[in-house]
Amino acid sequence: MSAPSIFTRPARIAAIAPYLWMVLLFLVPFLFVLKISLSQTAIAQPPYLPVFDLTLGFAAIKAAFASLSLDNFRLLLSDSLYLSSYLRSLVVAGVSTAILLLIGYPIAYGMARLPQRWQSMAMMLVIVPFWTSFLIRIYAWINILQHDGLLNKTLLGLHLISAPLVWLSTDSAMVLGIVYSYLPFMILPLYATLARMEPALLEAASDLGASPLAAFWLVTFPLSLPGVGAGCLLCFIPIVGEFVIPDLLAGSNSMMIGQTLWLEFFTNRDWPVASAAAVVLLALLLAPLALYDRLQRRQLESAR
Amino acid sequence: MGLTGIMAEEISAPAPHAAFDVPLLRFDAVVKKFGVVRAVDGVSLDIWAGEFFALLGPSGCGKTTLLRMLAGFETPDEGRILLEGNDIARVLPHQRPVNMMFQNYALFPHLSVRDNIAFGLKRAGMPRPEIDARVAEMVALVKLEGLEERRPDQLSGGQKQRVALARSLARRPRVLLLDEPLAALDKKLRESTQAELLALQRRLGMTFIIVTHDQEEAMTVADRIGVMDQGRLEQVARPRELYEAPNSRWIAEFVGDVNMFEGQLVPGEAGRLAVATRDAGTIMVAEPRQPVTKAIVSVAIRPEKIKLSRRGPASDAINAHAINRLEGVVTDVSYLGGLTTYKVKLDTGAVLRSSMANTARLDLDAYTMSQRVIAWFTPDDCVVLEQ
Repeated sequence: MSAPSIFTRPARIAAIAPYLWMVLLFLVPFLFVLKISLSQTAIAQPPYLPVFDLTLGFAAIKAAFASLSLDNFRLLLSDSLYLSSYLRSLVVAGVSTAILLLIGYPIAYGMARLPQRWQSMAMMLVIVPFWTSFLIRIYAWINILQHDGLLNKTLLGLHLISAPLVWLSTDSAMVLGIVYSYLPFMILPLYATLARMEPALLEAASDLGASPLAAFWLVTFPLSLPGVGAGCLLCFIPIVGEFVIPDLLAGSNSMMIGQTLWLEFFTNRDWPVASAAAVVLLALLLAPLALYDRLQRRQLESAR
Repeated sequence: MGLTGIMAEEISAPAPHAAFDVPLLRFDAVVKKFGVVRAVDGVSLDIWAGEFFALLGPSGCGKTTLLRMLAGFETPDEGRILLEGNDIARVLPHQRPVNMMFQNYALFPHLSVRDNIAFGLKRAGMPRPEIDARVAEMVALVKLEGLEERRPDQLSGGQKQRVALARSLARRPRVLLLDEPLAALDKKLRESTQAELLALQRRLGMTFIIVTHDQEEAMTVADRIGVMDQGRLEQVARPRELYEAPNSRWIAEFVGDVNMFEGQLVPGEAGRLAVATRDAGTIMVAEPRQPVTKAIVSVAIRPEKIKLSRRGPASDAINAHAINRLEGVVTDVSYLGGLTTYKVKLDTGAVLRSSMANTARLDLDAYTMSQRVIAWFTPDDCVVLEQ
């Protein structure tokens, strides 16, 4: 007889479900991508070789395995297009995340200091733009930033400029779009840590002689660091792989890795190189992901 | 006035603080409103240097608000708060020579015990060697040696309480405020900590103001107790006076247990008043110092002042005291270890509570349910209350 379990059969199935989900929808597709990244391009359907076919017998599969190579990864390293795309992605993500933190922190701080009944209202104001299609919001920015757009018209009307300025198709426009789109991901984790902070801690700090500014830097800020970490990683990780915003708002002279990937996959139909680029991107993001996981774990432990 | 007159006056001066002394702290008609609620409603109170003062009251009575005004977290709407004669009502919290020990300690979770204690010293700009010396002194004072590098979440409740105490004492404040400092501790630890707190206050000679809803705690530690209700200071007195000579029905009922009988004053003998009550007949009470002005009064008798007997007091000597005697039937017996409480249903239908110390281990003679008894008490055991 098996050891008595507190789990009933449905509970045990429910416990497996997340793993099943991860295996079916993440691990298996990733293995496909990994396999394709080790294959060669071919003018065929699908556009790569070898293709595993179990019906051809053991020898054929063995030969297919033998033909896998790391050539695509070597290509990624040798061509500066890919390296500069990775670098640009990391720089754009870093700069955007820094700006997000500078804008998001004061907003989250202000929200956490609001009277209780206003806080959920403020939260709604942060979240509601999400309910509009992401693409429509980015197109709205194109409208605002274009040559005869709202921004130039306003500046001309105020006589601040004498001729329309170029906003669209610049890195600034892209960073603006990224910051605008990701702001809730920065604000919400920051707000969560700041709102949870005991007000008595600030009273204690001021009781012990700390000015409001000193109390902020010595108590509020250090205690909000888990939120800062979570917010930054929650923004940085997806921004590195961002495709739509740079494609619509940035100029065409340099690309982020997401754009390069898209180009390889759809324009060049080079699935193996695109897959290799995707695998490297994932490897690059594993470090910040692991960091995020550790932060979350520590926060769970301290909450206990 | 001759020399002898002055001498006599000096000798007979009863107050521990002569009239020309300035109190360390003076609340002068202080009012604090939250919306329409008057959380503190015209409180005037003097607290003297070196005193251990307790603010006692039910939750929501305004005691914590009063303390928070002293710390600077709330600003009074009316009145003044004088510290050594200077109005501090509008001085910011971080600029007051007053420190507070918070109810849930409010220790900084990201700082070690050492850094928590040193926090206020660093803000005061104390040089590093002096900070180290003071922290070591405080750690020794609250017996936390060896735990200096721990974080608050690595400490037990009692240890956290000590860190909070050390942190609030480190700056050597003129007044230490304690907001329900022992509420989070279990009973045994609370009692030993009360004793330590008292010993510490005596040793440091510092002024402590404690807010508590626990009357035993207030009685144990405080020199004087201020009882608050609905924003008002109802009575300020030493513990014994508060218990034995409450100034109102409310105080008598709030502090400890009491039997209360309402009745009408009727002519009595010299030095005694007689109160004709509906529930307990005519009760003879000792004449209070202040003359009674109202016709309808309440008589308060503490349960432990009421003795039970089978036959009533036999001795002539006791009889000579004009004992109050009531007859009834025991309806409830609660054995509490050190004492036993009884409920006696009087023949008038009213219920009288009596508690008696269990002075003998083997009490074969204890009163039992349904037993008919005589409850008796002397006129001196009664307090006459007009409001």
